[in-house]
Amino acid sequence: MKNLLRYIITRIFLTIPMLFFLLTLVFIILRIMPGDPVSAMLGAHAPESVIEQKKEELGLNKPIGAQYIDYLNQLIHFDLGDSMIFKQKVIVPIKEKLPATVELTVFGMLFTLVFGVFLGAYAASKRRTGRDFSIRLYANVVYCIPVYWMGLMLQLVFGVWLGWLPISGRVSPRILVSTFENTGFYTIDTLLSGDLHAFIDVMIHLILPSVTLGIVLSGIFVRLTRANMLDVLRSEYILAARARGIPERRVVYKHALKNAFIPILTMMGLQFALLLAGAILTEMTFSWPGMGRLLMERIYLRDYPTIQGVIVVFALFVSLVSLLVDIIYAIIDPRVKY
Amino acid sequence: MENSTEASKYSLSSRVGRIFKWFITANKKYGAEWWILIAGALIILFVTYMALFPQTLAPYSPLDQNTGPQLMPPGPGHPMGTDNLSRDILSRMIYGSRTILGVAFAAALLSSIIGIPLGLISGFIGGIIDRILSLIMDSVYSFPGLILAIAFAAMLGPGVVNITLAVAVVYVPTYFRLVRGQTLSIKEELYVEAARAIGARRSVILGKYIFPNVIATVVVVFSLNIADAIMTEAALSYIGLGLPAGIPDWGMDLSMGKKFLPSGTWWMITFPGLMIMILALGFTMLGEGLSEILNPRLLER
Repeated sequence: MKNLLRYIITRIFLTIPMLFFLLTLVFIILRIMPGDPVSAMLGAHAPESVIEQKKEELGLNKPIGAQYIDYLNQLIHFDLGDSMIFKQKVIVPIKEKLPATVELTVFGMLFTLVFGVFLGAYAASKRRTGRDFSIRLYANVVYCIPVYWMGLMLQLVFGVWLGWLPISGRVSPRILVSTFENTGFYTIDTLLSGDLHAFIDVMIHLILPSVTLGIVLSGIFVRLTRANMLDVLRSEYILAARARGIPERRVVYKHALKNAFIPILTMMGLQFALLLAGAILTEMTFSWPGMGRLLMERIYLRDYPTIQGVIVVFALFVSLVSLLVDIIYAIIDPRVKY
Repeated sequence: MENSTEASKYSLSSRVGRIFKWFITANKKYGAEWWILIAGALIILFVTYMALFPQTLAPYSPLDQNTGPQLMPPGPGHPMGTDNLSRDILSRMIYGSRTILGVAFAAALLSSIIGIPLGLISGFIGGIIDRILSLIMDSVYSFPGLILAIAFAAMLGPGVVNITLAVAVVYVPTYFRLVRGQTLSIKEELYVEAARAIGARRSVILGKYIFPNVIATVVVVFSLNIADAIMTEAALSYIGLGLPAGIPDWGMDLSMGKKFLPSGTWWMITFPGLMIMILALGFTMLGEGLSEILNPRLLER
């Protein structure tokens, strides 16, 4: 237990330089590229004096080095700063949008896990049959489907043609969001307020985006699960289980899958970045008011602090997940030395 | 006598014959993987032809706004229908291949040109340079590539060169990590030690002994990487960061079609997406096939 704790602390310290570098990179990209918040706000033809005054107000006339030090100083105090465009703290819109993205990501991941892992395990148990081949084909094709295209096609079929599911937003406009408790996660909010009707509405809005995200990512999980399962199914304890007359289904989905699952978990951590990227595109497609849309909006406005804030949150998110995966990994697999 | 057989062994016709024979027997040797490779290669060849000689295939100019009625569903004269400006979608698909293929290829090339030498040096020299480079590359690698590309593309503004740069930045770490890892393991091989023992210079060891052995894996990754670059390019132009209007591009057509989706205009979104998918699939299949054939140890993956 003590070792585990030490491991966790070391891991946390290892992510700090990475975060630091990413932040620096983004800071530099934003400053050296053309365009700045003042001209984005006032337009290109504003008088020189107004521009200068505004720049001074925002601290943009300082040398880049000084700006950078100010920025780091803020970060050390866990402050993401103020928006340069709106009169608000950077953390405010992020707090508002992050739950939407997390909700989408979690449901997408759940779908991928259940669907992908099951298909992969099934394909492995039916190795070298027609079904195995079709599942492998599915996995390869699905990996190459642009996630937003998948979303558009599902919108077309289930939203426009069949009219079963809504194609945009997190909740129907007729449901008052203000009645929700304030976690920002609509599924949790609606459940907490006990409004079953609203909860169902929220879930219905979640179906298409999360299935879109889930299907596209499932390809990798199918392939990985299949490969791991093939290894595991060849091992002796599976032979022993079969020899004892345990039903094949139980051997495959209980005995084998349990062991094949550990590498899949690692993969989950690695794929998380991909999942976030997919989530951003899905947000664009489904008018989902999440972090991706926030990022795009603020990029057009050149709102440096907010862009940096969003990136910080994404980076934190990614490192947190990979940390979590490593810890779970260390706990469930006693062979791991840390 | 012996000389003449030697000569015929290397004559052009017998070489072609042997390649042809190998082509046929490879099927038996590698099975399904071989056909995956061929199918991928055929897709790429076809799209490359489209990109190089679009005028031989396209019935209209991609920008021609007088090809028929607006928003016409697929039918005679317009196999893929027309868009909201009554441009022929088939022609736009054919000309659009140029943009996406060019950008993806150039981006993959650029990131490999940067990533491979850095990986070689980092893996070979080690020490503090290796530490720093690895840290930088790992931080970029672990971060969602698309978000970085979005940041770059948005800051650089629309344009073919800019989008290529934005895509390329994301994939430098892919090559770096691969090459560095390979270099680290090859460095310990006996033949490298032998080269060192006979007093070969470091540049010679790196160029003559390590690099050729690294490059085989790079080929596979290059093909898979183009597939990824295709997806990234399409994503960037889908969210409106890619290219100025006037350049036909699949991702941009897709985002245009999105606006007409609620009215059920299915042909405007179906074909661009399908093209992106098929092209990415082609490179994935080529890469997968190559990796099986070049490295049988990967077969289980």
